[in-house]
Amino acid sequence: MADAILSVNNVTMQFGGVTALSDVNFAIERGEILGLIGPNGAGKTTCFNVITGVYAATSGSVTFDNQPLAGLKRFQITKRGIARTFQNIRLFPDMTAVENVMVGADANHKTSVGGALIGSRRHHREEREGRDRAMELLTFMGIADRAGDAARNLPYGYQRRLEIARALATGPKLLCLDEPAAGFTPAEKQELMDLIRKIRSQGYTVLLIEHDMSLVMGVTDRIVVLDFGKVIATGSPTDVQNNPDVIAAYLGVPDDAA
Amino acid sequence: MSDWLIYRTFWDLTVTGIALGAIYALVALGYTLVYGVLRLINFAHSEIFMVGTFATLITATNFIGIPLLEAGNYPYRTGFTLVAILLACIVGGMVVSGAGAVLLERVAYRPLRGSGEHVGAVVLAFASAFTASLVFTETTRTNVIIGLIGTAPLAVLYLRIFRRGRQAPRLAFLISAIGASTAIAEAVAIWSPRDREQYQTPRVLEKKVLFEFLGTEVRIDYVLVIVGALLMMTALVLFVNRTRLGRGVRAVAQDVETAKILGVNVDFVILITFLLGGVMAGAAAMMFTLVYDQTRFNIGFLLGVKSFTAAVLGGIGNLRGALLGGLVLGLGENYGAAIFGGQWKDVIAFVLLLVVLMFRPTGILGESLAKARV
Amino acid sequence: MSLSDTFRSLTKPAHAVSGLGERIGDLPRVSRWSLIALFILSLYLMPWWPEVPVLGWLVDTPGTSFEGVITDKVVIYVLVALGLNVVVGLAGLLDLGYVGFYAVGAYVVGILSSQHANLPWLVCVPIAVIVSMIAGVILGTPTLRLRGDYLAIVTLGFGEIIRISANNADWLGGSRGISKIAKPPNIGPLKFGVLDAKPYFFLGLTVILITVFFLRRLENSRVGRAWNAVREDEDAAELMGVPTFKFKLWAFAIGAAIGGLAGTLYAGKVRFINPSNFPLQLSILFIAAVVLGGTGNMWGAIIGGAVVGWMPERFRGFADKRVFVFGVALVLVMVFRPQGLIPRKIRKERWLANWKPRESEGEEVARG
Repeated sequence: MADAILSVNNVTMQFGGVTALSDVNFAIERGEILGLIGPNGAGKTTCFNVITGVYAATSGSVTFDNQPLAGLKRFQITKRGIARTFQNIRLFPDMTAVENVMVGADANHKTSVGGALIGSRRHHREEREGRDRAMELLTFMGIADRAGDAARNLPYGYQRRLEIARALATGPKLLCLDEPAAGFTPAEKQELMDLIRKIRSQGYTVLLIEHDMSLVMGVTDRIVVLDFGKVIATGSPTDVQNNPDVIAAYLGVPDDAA
Repeated sequence: MSDWLIYRTFWDLTVTGIALGAIYALVALGYTLVYGVLRLINFAHSEIFMVGTFATLITATNFIGIPLLEAGNYPYRTGFTLVAILLACIVGGMVVSGAGAVLLERVAYRPLRGSGEHVGAVVLAFASAFTASLVFTETTRTNVIIGLIGTAPLAVLYLRIFRRGRQAPRLAFLISAIGASTAIAEAVAIWSPRDREQYQTPRVLEKKVLFEFLGTEVRIDYVLVIVGALLMMTALVLFVNRTRLGRGVRAVAQDVETAKILGVNVDFVILITFLLGGVMAGAAAMMFTLVYDQTRFNIGFLLGVKSFTAAVLGGIGNLRGALLGGLVLGLGENYGAAIFGGQWKDVIAFVLLLVVLMFRPTGILGESLAKARV
Repeated sequence: MSLSDTFRSLTKPAHAVSGLGERIGDLPRVSRWSLIALFILSLYLMPWWPEVPVLGWLVDTPGTSFEGVITDKVVIYVLVALGLNVVVGLAGLLDLGYVGFYAVGAYVVGILSSQHANLPWLVCVPIAVIVSMIAGVILGTPTLRLRGDYLAIVTLGFGEIIRISANNADWLGGSRGISKIAKPPNIGPLKFGVLDAKPYFFLGLTVILITVFFLRRLENSRVGRAWNAVREDEDAAELMGVPTFKFKLWAFAIGAAIGGLAGTLYAGKVRFINPSNFPLQLSILFIAAVVLGGTGNMWGAIIGGAVVGWMPERFRGFADKRVFVFGVALVLVMVFRPQGLIPRKIRKERWLANWKPRESEGEEVARG
């Protein structure tokens, strides 16, 4: 059995009377690009939220690197190695692009108030490292030319890439991208696909929510399909594409079908 | 305190506590309504209340025909006259407080929401000119004249430079409200006959004991307050639940953007919200003067803070919460004062709040103007 | 040029002030430090400003001692605004009870130097600051988990609880208060006495400068970044690995410490305190000072504190109408300039202009 970096075990998520996720089971293998797809409202972002600790699952568990994530605070989960971007971009609007990324880099820094007040060696070292790392990531994502601009003034494409840079700055093992191609032109989507492959080749594992089928088919190794909070299919892109349940979920069943 | 004393006064405390709580609750409704719809703490609501007490005072003295400063002499009235005076007073309070709240919204809030318009500009213009004139002269009449002269040109200027379409940061609303609150209280202090002194309100109602209940003598004024408050609250709840405007209020409280898309006139809804809060405060103001026979330029502040605490206690944005919070606070204060001593009375509100928020961070009934269930 | 343009051009000076900071930052080191030194020197000469021709007319306070105003009001309000700015402006936490920490600082000095012991003022100060800090932690720990507006009312309550407790507790002096509080020790030519306010001013100004120095360090570190992130989007910050609760608590504690520090200065100057010196209205005034000046930036806090402390005295001509004028002024400023007098500007990092990528380029870059 391949090395699973993350496994979602029998997770059910209920909000009052609404069941958003129902007995969801899947695993992500180290180094793979896994796609999470499904019609609107299927529970994909809820799944993300459970994995990243935004919600505590009603029942079931999530294991990361063979350690359970239960009871950990969100920032601790991030430090363990799970980072994410958001469906509706959540950058720090009045901070510069490079500052946004530096916040991510700070996740691994130990300097606190004391060190900052006295200007300790560790503070200076970590500041330097943070800046270098931030600029490297901005260059890697191709947006270093606007490093000093406020995040809210950046063009849309830059903002999406900035979010990814910020998430990478936290030094994760698993990168969760929530609809990273929303609003992109086909050319930009191509670039994004190349970027995701480049990220994986650096050693990251990627979990991807996307609606654009060509993107998903083109870049993922495996796909998990959700519908109404349940997993209805898992497998390679071609398998999933031809799976009748998946087709039914997206397109519906013709009235006169048997 | 001996047990006998506790027994003897327990129902006393309960009755007065409920009456006090009713007043808190009415004022709390104003806070909770505005918060539910705008997510803002209307800091100046306390002054709307205070102004209502003065409106009551003035209505009463005019009605009876006695000079303002001699209201302390108790001219009891009975029968029809009594009812008429009481009604006039509560209407007067509600009208003035309601109007004040509407004016407040247009002057101190609307421009910050990016929809500054004429009424706000005019009032601000007058206020600016009037205030500027204070540098030169202390004669009030001159100040008013300069204020009036300056109103037109300044209003035109202000309308030009209002920041349209851009919402100010939330703290700005708070400071604006604080400024308005300060200005109103000080205005009353400076330009009213007795300045910062206490005013006696005419004790029109002879505070006879109405009946006995479990060893306590229940006075008529407490009964009136409790009944009156219940009526006002019922009316409000019916309004919010059954009328079209009330639905609009709930819609805006839930989701402004969607309400806009569905054609709700958000500015008008917000105005109505302030109006409702003001009217409730006005009624509370009349009841306050009925029970306590006095008012002053600064009574708004402490009562406002406590009423806001009551609103939070019950769950901010939740109408029933405001009622419950007010009640809990009124009773809590009375019992607490009896047990710990009167000087700790004002602290009880906050201690109560802290305790509740520890165990139930969204208040006793949780937050929800939006949910239809009151 | 239309009316609105005229108006907007009037507000340019404020932008010029923050822009000035950038341009000074761009100067070579020697010039920069000389300018700063000159500026600081002129601050120390403030007691003599009324004697300067134009400046004097502008700032002098007729009817009251200018020295008294800058010592009793301006210095205190500026320090308080700096501390409150950390809480409200940097971390975005609405604290309506800041007067509580101010009172704690003053009362600790009062207790330790007069009421129950006779420690010298200088010894009391660090103790007072630490106690205020602890008070901040005690208040913050249960309440920082609450949503913003709840925090506001709870902190408001805290301020009141402190005041009323001080009023009711005899060991804190009760309503009579504490008198004969120690004064700062005489250092060389500076004699702290009743007649001359100048030594107090110099002391207060020095404290402010030291505070500004340390606060700048914090702002330019991961602590400041964390505060900014928490203020802008707390949930996103936490998901990016920022331990939000820890840093919010630090903001509270540091704010409390500075408030307490201001309290010690106050107590050492007036040497007699009672609960009525710390009313809720003072908390409101403190918040107004921070917001008026412009939240989130230190200059704004300084200007705001100075204005709130100085302006009512400058316009004493209004006599008892001062507070009314203040209220109207607050509304007008917020309506037309809600971001405050000195808006927070997004500072382009100075290091960015000179940054060079590391020698080892190539695809390994992302892993770092």
